[in-house]
Amino acid sequence: MAETIFDPNIIKDQNLVYKRTDHMKEKALSYCPGCGHGTAHRILMEVIEEMGIQEKTIGVSPVGCSVLAYDFMNVDMQGAAHGRAPALATAIKRLMPDKFVFTYQGDGDLAAIGTAETIHACNRGEHITIIFINNGIYGMTGGQMAPTTLPGMRSSTSPYGRDEATMGHPLRMTELVATLPGTCFVTRQAVHTPGNVRKAKRALRTAFELQTRKIGVSFVEIVSNCNSGWKMTPVKANTWMEENMFPYYPLGDIKVPEKID
Amino acid sequence: MKELRLMKGNEAIAEAAIRCGCDAYFGYPITPQSEILEYLMVEKPHERTGMVVLQAESEVASINMVYAGAGCGRKVMTSSSSPGVSLMQEGLSYCAGAELPCLLVNVVRGGPGLGTIQPSQADYFQSTKGGGHGDYRLIVLAPSSVQEMCDFVGLGFDLAFKYRNPALILTDGAIGQMMEKVMLPASVNRWTEEEIKQQTPWATTGKPADRPANVITSLELDSAKQEKVNQKLQAKYAEMEKNEVRFERIQCDDAEYLFVAFGTSARICQKSIDLARAKGIKVGLLRPITLFPFPKDEIEKLAGQVKGMLSVEMNAGQMVEDIRLNAKGKCPVEHYGRFGGIMPSPDEVLKVLEQKFIGG
Ligand SMILES: Cc1ncc(C[n+]2csc(CCOP(=O)(O)OP(=O)(O)O)c2C)c(N)n1
Ligand code: SF4
Repeated sequence: MAETIFDPNIIKDQNLVYKRTDHMKEKALSYCPGCGHGTAHRILMEVIEEMGIQEKTIGVSPVGCSVLAYDFMNVDMQGAAHGRAPALATAIKRLMPDKFVFTYQGDGDLAAIGTAETIHACNRGEHITIIFINNGIYGMTGGQMAPTTLPGMRSSTSPYGRDEATMGHPLRMTELVATLPGTCFVTRQAVHTPGNVRKAKRALRTAFELQTRKIGVSFVEIVSNCNSGWKMTPVKANTWMEENMFPYYPLGDIKVPEKID
Repeated sequence: MKELRLMKGNEAIAEAAIRCGCDAYFGYPITPQSEILEYLMVEKPHERTGMVVLQAESEVASINMVYAGAGCGRKVMTSSSSPGVSLMQEGLSYCAGAELPCLLVNVVRGGPGLGTIQPSQADYFQSTKGGGHGDYRLIVLAPSSVQEMCDFVGLGFDLAFKYRNPALILTDGAIGQMMEKVMLPASVNRWTEEEIKQQTPWATTGKPADRPANVITSLELDSAKQEKVNQKLQAKYAEMEKNEVRFERIQCDDAEYLFVAFGTSARICQKSIDLARAKGIKVGLLRPITLFPFPKDEIEKLAGQVKGMLSVEMNAGQMVEDIRLNAKGKCPVEHYGRFGGIMPSPDEVLKVLEQKFIGG
């Protein structure tokens, strides 16, 4: 019989170092083990909890693996049609300018079918936060090529690898929206290591805080893995992401607003 | 205050929206309805009532903005013309699925494709049979005057909120562009934050500590539950059929023949009636005002009275299918249509009636 290495008596309030936020609903995540979506959800809800803005926050979920984000995030939410989340967020913010409004979208949702809504919400400078999960593939529908799929990368609709000559080039939406005067904060983050999780969370916090300054869209890309779609173990997927995704999608701030003291 | 004005149909819609407490309009220009957005931009409703007006990047964006505004419990609307309304069908289906009350105006032009900018009624099928994917219905109001363009904005919102369902004003370029006298209603205030929470407790207004998070969605992956969702929608449509049928009977009491026509066609038929009666032919007109719910019982009743019905439409024969279905073989039902932006003339319509039923 295995020896007990765990002493249940240590579960006491004074020993608590980290607590699950109650801004995540009591529901098991539907994501594949190791997927970045879950971590991104958690830090987003932690930011909302720490800022104390649950009652003032409206979220918009996409169509993609995170279509059920409203089952996990404990804030009022609307489910958008595929790609239209920034249009929804626009209307919500225009009608309720004092609320914090965010969209949470995959790369197919934001950078393919919803390109127009993304660009125009950014160009109008809506005072919203757009959270963009870039995993280089269509996760939900079973691993098809996304606009962000890397050159040579295999997917179910680029079975011999993405051929740039006929399938186009990976789209860097984040650099693109950074060129628009309507965006105020544009950054690319990741959530595959504790250090990156902390940085990504800080970026989300900045993005939400900027909504009160009403100076335009704050746009946070999170480069993430899709171990199922990439057909790799979670660990392998993270290494592959560092080696292949980050060179094409370098992490860091692309545009930051002027500081106000 | 009520006010009598000479206005275009499109302008009347815009002014009525401001006066009925509409919270937002989202739209994209297209002839023959751009006056709605233009009028609103000139009027600055933001200063008058706080109403939001936004020119979106497309009709796709407009209808999804409407979805979101309705999801926040606001009175929101959009307008377009046929090609733009085609683009909105996915979003409308989502609005119906998520049971969102909102108002859409389609100032129909001739199709298919880019077609023509002249008036048409060729979007009857799309409007009354669902239009987008899935089993759903819109509440469809068909004005035939500038006054009704104005009145149906408030009525459309009332019905939309009563049933938590999108409502559609189905009109055409003729009524949108023509000028008539219109009695504008007195302004009513937009709902306050508190009223919104009371009227639409399901809306995403921000989750307080004492209620679970509200979610606006049309997704239900569990088929057993999705079937229940559909049954609930169908029950709602049945309620509308029971309570909301609206129509106008014109000279029907002694009629031996009947025109059935809506909107612009109904105006033309009214003139045809005068011409017919001057010749001693007793013709009446049934003008459906709600195209969904359709005046099924009234059609059946009149089918038992007259010797023939002529459906006059600016299309190749769409409403005639509903008339035949509900006349139940009690009298012959024929169709006369012009299309591609052509409107029939009153004597032309009368001649067809005579040819088809009287022999001449
Ligand atoms: C109009 C429409 N087209 C296509 C689909 C099918 N579809 C669902 S999710 C999806 C792609 C999602 O990929 P992504 O946005 O990258 O999100 P992920 O699943 O990878 O998180 C597609 C094509 C749909 N639901 N609606
Ligand atoms: S398919 Fe990919 S994106 Fe979707 S949950 Fe699984 S790992 Fe995550």
